[in-house]
Amino acid sequence: MVIYGVSFLGACYILGQLVGEYLAKWIGVKANVGGVGFAMLFLILAHDYFKKRELFSAEAEKGILFWSQMYIPVIVAMSATQNVVVALDSGLIAIIAGVIPVFMCFACIPLLVKLTKSPTID
Amino acid sequence: MEIFSSFFEKNGLIVAFVAVGIISYVGFLISKYVFKSKIPGAAVSILLGLIVAYFAGLYTGGFKGVADISVFSGMSLLGGSMFRDFAIVSTAMGASFMLIRQTGVAGAVSLVLGTTVSFIGGAVIAILFGYQDAKSIATIGAGACTFIVGPVTGAALQASSDVIALSIATGVVKSILVTISTPLIAPYIGLNNSHTAMIYGGMMGTTSGVSAGLAATDTKLVPYGTLTATFATGMGCLLCPSVFYLIVEKII
Repeated sequence: MVIYGVSFLGACYILGQLVGEYLAKWIGVKANVGGVGFAMLFLILAHDYFKKRELFSAEAEKGILFWSQMYIPVIVAMSATQNVVVALDSGLIAIIAGVIPVFMCFACIPLLVKLTKSPTID
Repeated sequence: MEIFSSFFEKNGLIVAFVAVGIISYVGFLISKYVFKSKIPGAAVSILLGLIVAYFAGLYTGGFKGVADISVFSGMSLLGGSMFRDFAIVSTAMGASFMLIRQTGVAGAVSLVLGTTVSFIGGAVIAILFGYQDAKSIATIGAGACTFIVGPVTGAALQASSDVIALSIATGVVKSILVTISTPLIAPYIGLNNSHTAMIYGGMMGTTSGVSAGLAATDTKLVPYGTLTATFATGMGCLLCPSVFYLIVEKII
C-alpha cells in the first residue's frame, strides 16, 4: 500500500530531525544540526535493508517517489514565500556581503574536488 | 467576496497546490518557448516564484512574500520547512550510500572551509563598509553563512537589531543568488556528479539555496548536495559566535 511508503518516509524524517535536535542541544547550538541529513541516511540505509529482504513493495515505493517528485513544486512555493523585497532593499552591504562569498565559495569547489578525488572513483 | 476569501483561506494547502501548478506550467512554457529549453523549466519556475514574492512583498509590505495575501496563506505551509524537509528526505531514496561514504571526508572538509570562507568574505565587506566593532562584523560575517547563522550569532553576541536584520538580509541574498546561479555556473565547476555535489553543498551551506539550485541543475544531485548542506547551519552556529568572533575581536 502507498501509505506504507509515506509512513516509512515519515518515520525516517521524525527520527532524523529528533537526532538533529538532540545533537544541537548536546553541543549547545540553537539550531537543528543536520536533522535532514540524518533522516536521509536513515532512509537510504533502511530502504536498502528492507529492499534486500524483499520487504519493500513497489507500491510502497510509490509513496516515497511521489514526494520526491513534489520536491520542485515545494521549492517553488518556498521561493514564492521568501522576503525578496528586504533582500533587494536592505542596501548595498547586504547584497555585496551576500554575493561576494558565494563566488569565493564557487571558486574553491574545483580545487577541493581535485584535492579530494581519490583515483578509485570515476 | 467574503465567502470567497474565507473559503480560500480555509482550503489554503489545496489553493497552494493549484497556484504552484500554474506557476510551474508558466515556468515550463517560458523555458521551452523563450529560452529554447537552455534554462531548465524548474529554474524558471523557481525564479518566477521569487518574482511573485517580490511583487507580493511590495504590495503587502509583509515578510512572507505571496503568503501575506490571505487567499494564498497556504503557500507558507506548502513552502514551509516541514514540507520542504520532508520532500528533500524523500529524494534520498535513489542515493547510493557507497558514494556518500567515499565523499564523507571531502564533505566534512568542505563544510569547515565553506563556513570559514563565507564568514571571512562577509566580515571583510562589513569592515570595508565602516563597521568597527567585533560584534557587528562577526554578525554580518555569520549572515554570509546562512540566514539562520546570522541572527543566531547576532543574538548570542547581543549585536544591535539593525545589524541582525542586515545579517538576515545578507543570508537571504545569498540563498537567492545560489538558487539562480547554480544551474548557470554548474558546467564551469564540474557540478555533474555526486562527489562534487557533496562538496558544493558543504561549501555553499544554505540548504534552501543548495536544494533549489541543484533541483534546477540536475535532480539526481539533490540528495548529495543537501546531505552536506544540512550540517552547514549547525556548523556556522557553532563556529561563528565562538571561535570566529574571538579571532575577529583579537584582530580589531
